[in-house]
Amino acid sequence: MLSYLIRRILYVLPVAFGVSVICFMLVQIAPGDPLTAIMPVDATAEEQAAMRAAYGLDKPLPVQYAIWIGNIVQGDMGKSIATGRPVAGEVLMAVQNSLLLAVSASVIAFPIGLFLGFLAGYFRDTLFDKAVTAIAIAGVSVPNYWLGIVLVIIFSVTLGWLPSMGAGPGGSQEWLWDWAHMRHLILPAVTLAVVPIGIVARTVRALVGDIFSMDFVQALYAKGMTHFDVLRHVMRNAAATALSVMGLQLGYLLGGSILIETVFNWPGSGFLLSNAIFQRDLPLLQGTILVLALFFVFANLIVDVLQAAIDPRIKRT
Amino acid sequence: MRLFRFGKTSLIAATAIMIGGMAAAQGTLRVGMTAADIPLTTGQTDQGGEGMRFMGYTVYDSLIEWDLTSADKPSVLIPGLATEWAVDPADTTKWTFKIREGVTFHDGSPLTAEVVAWNLDKLLVETSEQYDPRQAAQGKSRIPAVATYRAIDDYTLEIVTKTPDATLPYQLAWILISSKANFEALGKDWEKVAMAPSGTGPWKLTSFVPRERAVLVPNESYWDATRIPKLDEMVLIPLPEPNARSAALLSGQVDWIEAPAPDTIPAMTGNGFVISSNAYPHNWTWHLSRVEGSPWNDIRIRKAANLAIDRESMGALLGGLMIPAKGFVPPSSQWFGTPTFDVKYDPEAAKALLAEAGYGPDNPVKVKALISPSGSGQMLPLPMNEFVQQSLAEVGIEVEFVVVEWNQMINIWRAGATDAASEGAHSINFTYFIQDPFTGLIRHLSCDLIAPNGTNWGHYCDPEMEALFTRIRSSFDPAEQDAVMRETHEKFVNDALFLMVTHDVAPRALSPKVKGFVQAQNWYQNFSSITME
Repeated sequence: MLSYLIRRILYVLPVAFGVSVICFMLVQIAPGDPLTAIMPVDATAEEQAAMRAAYGLDKPLPVQYAIWIGNIVQGDMGKSIATGRPVAGEVLMAVQNSLLLAVSASVIAFPIGLFLGFLAGYFRDTLFDKAVTAIAIAGVSVPNYWLGIVLVIIFSVTLGWLPSMGAGPGGSQEWLWDWAHMRHLILPAVTLAVVPIGIVARTVRALVGDIFSMDFVQALYAKGMTHFDVLRHVMRNAAATALSVMGLQLGYLLGGSILIETVFNWPGSGFLLSNAIFQRDLPLLQGTILVLALFFVFANLIVDVLQAAIDPRIKRT
Repeated sequence: MRLFRFGKTSLIAATAIMIGGMAAAQGTLRVGMTAADIPLTTGQTDQGGEGMRFMGYTVYDSLIEWDLTSADKPSVLIPGLATEWAVDPADTTKWTFKIREGVTFHDGSPLTAEVVAWNLDKLLVETSEQYDPRQAAQGKSRIPAVATYRAIDDYTLEIVTKTPDATLPYQLAWILISSKANFEALGKDWEKVAMAPSGTGPWKLTSFVPRERAVLVPNESYWDATRIPKLDEMVLIPLPEPNARSAALLSGQVDWIEAPAPDTIPAMTGNGFVISSNAYPHNWTWHLSRVEGSPWNDIRIRKAANLAIDRESMGALLGGLMIPAKGFVPPSSQWFGTPTFDVKYDPEAAKALLAEAGYGPDNPVKVKALISPSGSGQMLPLPMNEFVQQSLAEVGIEVEFVVVEWNQMINIWRAGATDAASEGAHSINFTYFIQDPFTGLIRHLSCDLIAPNGTNWGHYCDPEMEALFTRIRSSFDPAEQDAVMRETHEKFVNDALFLMVTHDVAPRALSPKVKGFVQAQNWYQNFSSITME
C-alpha cells in the first residue's frame, strides 16, 4: 500500500506540471488585454506600453512562464493586475468560501443521491425506480443558474424567507455558524446540490442493479445469509465506484460553481474566476485555475487511495 | 478568514434575527454597485465613473469639483479644495490656485499647497517615494496638460501647462487628493493606505472587504457644512450580475441599485420601488470610420443613417429609460447649441439622400459594424444594434455585424479603424463619457489623437474642426469657452459625424425608504442629502 501511495503521489508531479503549463497558456490564447482593467480606456499608447513593461507583459511567453512558475514554487502567485492585491490571499479566501459552499452542497447531495440511488437499484423497474430516474435526469438536466434564479424569486423576493446574495450580513470574513450566516448558505447550497444528487443517484442505481444481478448475490442467499447481510455485501461492492464519483463531484462543486456563485454573489473561487476572466486579470486567472486544477488532482489522488483501501479487488501492480 | 467558527449563542441569535428580519439600522444606505470589486480606495479610483462616484467624490475631494446639487440644469465646475484659480494673462501656460484654508484630512492633518503638489508627484513623478503605479494608471492620462507645479506658499499652488490649455480646470476635476501624513504614518505603503485611507471628503471609509463590501461613515468635520452626510452609514456592495442586483433590492438586502435591468423595472415600480433617472453626459453612438473607402465619408449617407432610426420606438426596448439623440451631447447640455441638421426619424428623407448618393433598394449601401454583446455602460447593445440594423436596412443600408467581446472591443477601439483587428469595419459601437471638453468632443476627432496615438478611432481629420479645438483650448473665459463648445458641437451634428442614437439616463432603483436624493446631470452624485425613512 505504501509503495502504491508513493507511486501515486509521484504520478501527480508531471500532471501538476502539465496543469501549470495549460493554465498559463490557456489564458494567453484568449483575446483581450489585462491593462484594460487598470487604465482609463483612453490612455495613450505610450502609457499602455509603459504599464505593459511594468507588469512584465512585454517579455516573451516562455520567459513569463519561467518567472511565474519560479515564483509559484516559492509560494508567490504574484499580484492581481486589476486590484494590486496578492493573488495567493485572494485565491485562498475565495477557495475557503467555495469549500464552505461545496461541502454544504455535498452534505445535502451525497446522502440524498446515495439513498435514492440505492432504493431505485433495489426496487429496479418499479414505479419508485422510474420516479427516481426522472428526478435524477431532471437534476442533471435543469440549468442550475436558472434554478437558482427561480429559488431566489420564490424564497427571497416573494416569500422573503432567505437572503438572495452574499456570504452573511458582514461578509465572508465575519462568517459564523449561526442562523444569520447559515441562511445565506441555504439557497446556493441547495441549488448546487441538484446536479450531484442526480449523478450520484443514477450511478448508485446502476451499480446496485448490476450487483444484484451477479451470481455471487445468489450464492450468498444460497449460503443462508440474511437479507440484511446480503445488502451489506452489495453496498460494499458499490462503495468504491460511488466514492470515486462523489470525489469527482466534490471537485466539480468546488470549481464548477461559477454560475451559481455569480447568481448568488457568493465570494468564492467561481465568482473570482468570472471576474478575472472579464478583466483579463492574468495572474489572478492563472492562480485561481491552477489552485482549482490542483485541488481536483489531489481530490482524485485521495479518492484513489481510499478506493484501494476499501476495495481489496483493486490490484495495484 | 475565520471559517467554521461556531457562534456560542447561535440559537438565540438565530431567533432574534428571524424576528428582526433583514431590517438595517436606521440611517444606513446599502448600495448595490455594478462593479465587481470595491473601487481602489487610495485616492485616484479605478472602476470608471462608478469608482469616482462611490469611492472618489465620497472619500476625497479635488481642487475643482462638479456641482451636484441640481437635477434640473447641466452640472458645471465649482470650487473644491481650490477656492479660486486664474491664468496669468501675460503667460497663459501659468495658472495659480488658491487652496482652501482650514481643511483637514480624515487623519487630522492639514491640507496645504505642498500636499497638493505631493499628490501630483504621486501620479507623475516615477522617482518620488509616493509614486503609485496603480493611481498613476488612473490619473496620469487625465492631466495631459500639466508640465510643472510648485507650492508658492501654504495656500497657493502654481501649475504650468505644456501649451496654453483652457481645459485644465476640467482635467483637475479628475484628480483626487490623498493625505500625505497618512501615507507616511502607514510606512509609506499604498497597500496599507488602501485599508485605511484618508481624504478630505464628506465620507470616511471605516471598513473594507475586497470584492464584498465597504462601509463609509460621515465626516462630521467636513469643510462644506451643506454636504455633511445625514445618514449614519453607507455600505457599498459589488453586485455585478444584474439579476442578483435586482433580487437583492426586491428582497430588501440593499436599498439602492445601480443600473437595474430594464425588464425588471415594471416589477420594481409595481412593488413601490422608485426608479430615478436623469439626463447626463453619456451617449450611445456608432463611431464612424473615415478612412479611404468607407461609405461613411459621404455626408449624405451619414445624414440618411441618422434619419433612418425611429428612436422613440427604440425606447420601448429600454423601458423608456433613454433620451433620443438629437446630437452628440444630450439636448439639455450647455454645449448643445443650435445645430441646423435636425436628427429625427424621417425614412423618406433618408431614402431621398441615399438616392442622391447613387444608392437604392437594388443597390444598398453595404457597411460592416463592430459591436459587442455586452460591456460597461453599453446599455443593451445586442437588441439596440439589431434595431439599428433593421432601421438602416429599411432605408437601404445593409449592415454586417462583426461581434467581439467587450474587452477586445476596447483594444480595437484603441487600435483604430485601420488596424487589422478592426477587420475592415466601417463603424464601432461605443458609449462615451462626454462630461468635459476633452472627453466630450476633442478626443474623438482631433488629428493629433488618430488611433493608435489616441482615441480618434475613425481617423477623422478636418482643419476646420482642428481650429475649433484650438479655440476651445485657448478660450480662458468660461462663457467664451462654452460658446466655442456649442459651435463645435453644431459642427458635430451638422456634418453628421457620428450615428447619434440615444443617451443613457443613468437609471437606478431605490427603495421607497430612501429620501432626499437629487440625481444631478452628472456621472457623479451627492449622497450627503440622503436620509432613510
